[in-house]
Amino acid sequence: MNVDAWNISIRNLNGGYGGRVVLEDLTAELPAGAITTLLGESGCGKTTLLRLLLGLNTPLSGQIFIGGHDICRMPPAQFHKMRRRFGVLFQDGALISSLTLEEDVALPLMEHTRLPRKVLQEAAQRTLELVGLERFANFYPGELSGGMRKRAGLARAIVTEPPVLFCDEPTSGLDPITAAQMDQLLLDMHACYPQMTTLVVTHDLGSMARIAEHVLVLHAGKTAFSGTKEELSQTRDPYLLRFLDRQFEESRRMAAPPLNNAVRSALEEWLND
Amino acid sequence: MNEIRTPIFQLLNRLGDMTLFLAEGFRQIPYSRRLAGKVVQQVYVIGAKSMFVILLIGLFTGLVLGLQAFYAMSMFGAQGMLGSLLALTLIREMAPVLTAVMITARAGSAMTAEIGVMRISDQIDALEVMDIHPIGYLVSPRLLAALITFPLLTSIFTVIGIFGGYLSACVLLSLNEGRYFSGIESSVTLHDIQGCFLKAAVFAVLVILVCCYQGYNAHLRKDGKGAEAVGNATTSAVVMSCVLILMADYVLTSFLL
Repeated sequence: MNVDAWNISIRNLNGGYGGRVVLEDLTAELPAGAITTLLGESGCGKTTLLRLLLGLNTPLSGQIFIGGHDICRMPPAQFHKMRRRFGVLFQDGALISSLTLEEDVALPLMEHTRLPRKVLQEAAQRTLELVGLERFANFYPGELSGGMRKRAGLARAIVTEPPVLFCDEPTSGLDPITAAQMDQLLLDMHACYPQMTTLVVTHDLGSMARIAEHVLVLHAGKTAFSGTKEELSQTRDPYLLRFLDRQFEESRRMAAPPLNNAVRSALEEWLND
Repeated sequence: MNEIRTPIFQLLNRLGDMTLFLAEGFRQIPYSRRLAGKVVQQVYVIGAKSMFVILLIGLFTGLVLGLQAFYAMSMFGAQGMLGSLLALTLIREMAPVLTAVMITARAGSAMTAEIGVMRISDQIDALEVMDIHPIGYLVSPRLLAALITFPLLTSIFTVIGIFGGYLSACVLLSLNEGRYFSGIESSVTLHDIQGCFLKAAVFAVLVILVCCYQGYNAHLRKDGKGAEAVGNATTSAVVMSCVLILMADYVLTSFLL
């Protein structure tokens, strides 16, 4: 596959599940070799967009160009070949539960090459070192914390040195220190592989501020903003200002406790039992 | 009319989907990398780990059959035929069916749960984006391993069942050993053994198909989502496998006799 620059271009994309449209006429440009963060409220279509980019779901209409190739109109076999160039960090790592970390990280190499086991082990070990998990090579995913699973997922995603890296919420559910470590890891990775086009789906504004070069904000399935971090900081768009200031709709405020007297007295009875 | 037509179409649709799933499982065998290691691992999971339960069930089936047959045949003075009856019952019916049912309960349910959890926790999507065919990775090795282990475990079940029958009839009820074993030798033919292996192989394919299919499609279930879907998929896999084993047994027996 002949690709000079792995930029991602999304044009008039509509996507959803069943009859429900989640993404509506979405258009955006993700520059090659940059870290782009994809921001948005829960349910705005971030994960749907990621699944469409990965070919796990089919768009209702529109086009997605990756490296200049329209993946929506590409024959499946050709798209599968292209997808070999993608590294993906899923939300909870999605590590194969029956494999040790070393086997998991070496899995793409093990399945697609004829390299001897020793070489695979070394490659896995070196990649685990990069994410600080070399001491846990023989652990199973169930024996690790959430942050460790994410880091191991990242190690597996980059073991093939892909030119495109997708990360789904790499810092969600992590404490501030581990989240900052994860951000630093992504920055270090970018320093090691400057040509790598990285898309990071996140809710975390702090994380966006630390790692993003380019920002894409979705609102109700549409592009609310697409540009650099500096451009975003100068925006006057009321929705973006609210989003960045973490303001919520007044109508969502709790005017009164949600339980009525009947429920409360039943609870009282149970608590005093 | 629609109330009748819709479930029939749904059933046909499901059967078609399962057939394609099975065909893909076999089609992926030549493309699956490092297949031997995965098959050996599955032989251990399906075969070695089910060995104890097969030995136990085989022994007690033989013991009970020997006991029942001895008293039933005593009424006609035909105790000498006990060996034949017991061996033919085990080889033709009991061993392949009970082995398949026990493996379904022991390994099939675990298989469905494992694949179901992999499905709901994005592990199967992760395989797909790594360009690893999920069916080739998860189903093909299990199919091959089942085709090896089912006939082997069925043979073990038969041998231990005949030994159980020997214990109850000859050791406990004093039937002549020579009559017991010569009855087996004179009545069991190669055709019976071939039929037994054929049944074991067919049941192997059915059990793996149903258990893997249910786990693989756990996320599409309408009767629950997440962990509940995996639980329901496991229940469906065990029930459907057992029903299909008995149905296939009837069809195969009617052709083999």
